[in-house]
Amino acid sequence: MIGFHPLPATLLSPFVGALLLLFVPEGRRNAIRAIALAAATVSLVLTVAAMFLYDRSAGGMQFVEHYSWIPSLGVHLDLGVDGLSLPLVLLTAIIIFAGVFVTWRLETRSKEFFIYALALVGGVFGVFMSMDLLVLFMFIEIAVIPKYVLISVWGSTRKEYAAMKYTMYLLSGSAVALVAIVAIFAYAHNPAHGLGVWTFDLAALSTIHFDPAFQKFAFFLMLAGFGVLIPIFPLHRWTPDGHSAAPTAISMLLAGVIMKLGGYALIRVGIGLFPEGAHFWAPLIAVLAAINAVYIAFVAMVQKDLKFVVANSSISHMGFVLIGLASLNAASMDGAVAQMFAHGIMAALFFAIVGLVYDKAHTRVIADLGGLAHQMPRVSAAFLIAGLASLGLPGMFNFVAEFTIFTGAIQVYPVLAIVAIFSVVVTAIYVLWVFQRVFFGPRNPKWDHLKDARGVEMVPIVVLAAVLIGFGLYPRAIMDIITGGILPLAQHVASLGIGGPF
Amino acid sequence: MDFSAIRIELVAALIALGLLAFGLLLPRGKREITGYIASIAFLALLVLSFLAPGSGGSFQGGLYLNDPLSLFFKQLFITAAFLVSLMSLRFTKSLEESRSEFFSLLGFSLVGMMMLASANDFVSLYIGLELMTLPLVILTAYDRTSGKSTEAGTKYILLSAISSAVLLFGLSLLFGAAGSLSYADALKALASVSGDPLVVIGSIMVVAGFAFKISAVPFHMWSPDVYEGAPAPVAAFLAVGSKAAGFAALIRLLLFALPSSGGDFPLLVISLSVLSMVVGNLIALPQTNMKRLLAYSSIAHAGYILLGLVAASTAGLAAMLYYLVLYLFANVGIFAALSSFGEAGGSGEIASLKGLWKRSPFMAASLLVCLLSLAGIPPAAGFIGKFYLLAEVARQGKLWLTALALVMSVVSISYYISVIKVIVMEKAEDESRIRVSPASKALLAVSVLVTIGMGVFPAPITEWTRAIAGTIVR
Repeated sequence: MIGFHPLPATLLSPFVGALLLLFVPEGRRNAIRAIALAAATVSLVLTVAAMFLYDRSAGGMQFVEHYSWIPSLGVHLDLGVDGLSLPLVLLTAIIIFAGVFVTWRLETRSKEFFIYALALVGGVFGVFMSMDLLVLFMFIEIAVIPKYVLISVWGSTRKEYAAMKYTMYLLSGSAVALVAIVAIFAYAHNPAHGLGVWTFDLAALSTIHFDPAFQKFAFFLMLAGFGVLIPIFPLHRWTPDGHSAAPTAISMLLAGVIMKLGGYALIRVGIGLFPEGAHFWAPLIAVLAAINAVYIAFVAMVQKDLKFVVANSSISHMGFVLIGLASLNAASMDGAVAQMFAHGIMAALFFAIVGLVYDKAHTRVIADLGGLAHQMPRVSAAFLIAGLASLGLPGMFNFVAEFTIFTGAIQVYPVLAIVAIFSVVVTAIYVLWVFQRVFFGPRNPKWDHLKDARGVEMVPIVVLAAVLIGFGLYPRAIMDIITGGILPLAQHVASLGIGGPF
Repeated sequence: MDFSAIRIELVAALIALGLLAFGLLLPRGKREITGYIASIAFLALLVLSFLAPGSGGSFQGGLYLNDPLSLFFKQLFITAAFLVSLMSLRFTKSLEESRSEFFSLLGFSLVGMMMLASANDFVSLYIGLELMTLPLVILTAYDRTSGKSTEAGTKYILLSAISSAVLLFGLSLLFGAAGSLSYADALKALASVSGDPLVVIGSIMVVAGFAFKISAVPFHMWSPDVYEGAPAPVAAFLAVGSKAAGFAALIRLLLFALPSSGGDFPLLVISLSVLSMVVGNLIALPQTNMKRLLAYSSIAHAGYILLGLVAASTAGLAAMLYYLVLYLFANVGIFAALSSFGEAGGSGEIASLKGLWKRSPFMAASLLVCLLSLAGIPPAAGFIGKFYLLAEVARQGKLWLTALALVMSVVSISYYISVIKVIVMEKAEDESRIRVSPASKALLAVSVLVTIGMGVFPAPITEWTRAIAGTIVR
């Protein structure tokens, strides 16, 4: 597509918005909202346009931009999106757009909130768009500190503990991943088995055939490092605290997007550069994925706090992504990427609703709530939509994603796949049970003063639910793009004779 | 004799002497003007060092070397002196007397640092070291009303004297073995007897003397006390100027004077680096005083920067130089903020920074950026700097050292973050606005701009430092 350059503007618009906000006085609340909304809208509009203009038959990296950054080390600010990253860019744009509306009525330090939130989103865009390993990693790091501040200033429920725990987990993970990145860099520079030049270009790096021992070593570091973000059992301990303590819009971003950074990096860098290493560690990933899916689903069932239920359910759903990755075939990885998108939207919807309930009722303890459908029919309908998506009801995009994952995974890990599918049943139990306890039952006069969602509060609900249902009814709109991105990778893996059958 | 090779040093010495005389000419009440004159003079000197750095080559038959590496360090020192003199304006104004001598001492210390960077002979090395240290001791004890400042000065001079004695002893052993004081001759003569215990012990003592200056573990004991007691601008000068000068001398000594006898020196430098990273970062964790925290962080940073000497290659050296630049600006930013905070009545305790985001958003934001740079989190420059150092070490096959440095870096983030938490999140007891003087505002703005600039557009300074490192042929 000549003449259409959506990526730099999409990437820069949150940063520019944050910079503009610095100069707006704290009291001008409307100006602050307007700038934040404008920044989010620019990104969203450009991304949607890119979805339409992406040439599906050609596939591969498109809308490529090339800027030289540190020439002597071969680091370039190369931007581009393919079928793997474009859906995730869209996901990020949708969630921040919804997040601005969720935060519309924020009273305390709203200017700073939007500055940090936009900086965070800018970092996430950078990760998905970067075609250079060092730049990709740098953007992951850029996103860390804003999240820390966002959780510990605007959060709830043991927010400082949660923020610190979260930050230390993520930074430790990054440090482990950075060891692998530095090792890759050194390996690639070695003329004996590498390229003999300084480069971080992922495309160039993937042409190297890394030594199998090195692949096993480096992929394991990547798995441990990025696994914290996903999060993979047993590195998941930061997630329930972090997601529950974060303010609503940030929970949406954390569960919706930040968790996907790990999965994305693992596919793009881990499997992309080290297919044999991935193959070696795949059984481990598959086992941990099954534990993620089933064990954490049971953990979610016994939670007393509504937000902890949703947070744990996110971890459980990321187990599907992991088993999709571990199976290493086209269908399963296709489904994994689709699941990242579907789960991102669904989790954001969940957190938006939980945030609404908490804002109005000032409690999230399930036992205290009940019969809310009487006072808040729209909120309860939205919760039902999210819940049905969560348990994989056909007609929702989550069903498409999960179905695709399991058609791929069952060919490689039949037993583990069945175990993981079992978690869908557990999910159905806890989602419906929570729904029953919170929204159904006799009218509780204690909650008669609660008003249903309306006005700006409905915007995120409508947008997110529409995306879930829209792609659920017409999955081709996005599955074609994903398949185009995954197929070359799957073919590369298959050509090494290690992937499962198609 | 070609005096143009030492043109910058001559001008710097003239500035220092001129400031001394000028201060005496002024009436007692007006002596704070010296500070403004000094800042302008240092700035002019910095411009001069870029426009007319003097002829390259050596002075006095190799006693003194004016090459790109030493010029780089001189520019770094002048920048530090300029920024520190700006930082000191308010501090000296608050003094009862001796306001003008402060800047003259700063100038003399600067000349000493320059000599250290250019020294190509054991004698000029030693003279440079003493010329740098003695004014610093006086400056450390400058706040006569504070017991801590006097205590810090006393500690500093005693420990400096010991380290000088060790250094001199080492130099005399080396002289005994080599029969010459010049680096080039020493290298030639020592190469043949490199396994000799005399040479090994002498070299270790010399390195120990400079490890004291860069406050590497186990020679770091002085720095927390001295940083805490010294006035904030002086602590800044110690942290950036004196440390960089120590590195300047170490680079030249290790690469050009001491024979690396069968891998002994890498081992020595590796142990200094590892100890500094581990001990500095771990002891920084429980600190409650901001300056002590910065002292331990500066010890840890000595460890990171030493990684460049472990690599001892062009890329490693370039990474060191890059790191020293970003380290300078991050520290100047932090100390400038602390200094204005202290003038506004704040104590040195971390807890007293509570609610700074409300009392002075600009100061809080600057501190945030500079702390993130030290912690190595992008987009601040620290990330790129650390990456350069670690990548080069890993390229030479020491991946374990990279991994260790990264682990310690995560540890360091936890204490930087706890400071950030106090600044950005906690509510202040006293919510009065803090007025930041224009000079401090300028300092903070420059520090933040350079820190972010080096992180977002690293290429120009990277190319510059690589070009300089490339001229150092081993």
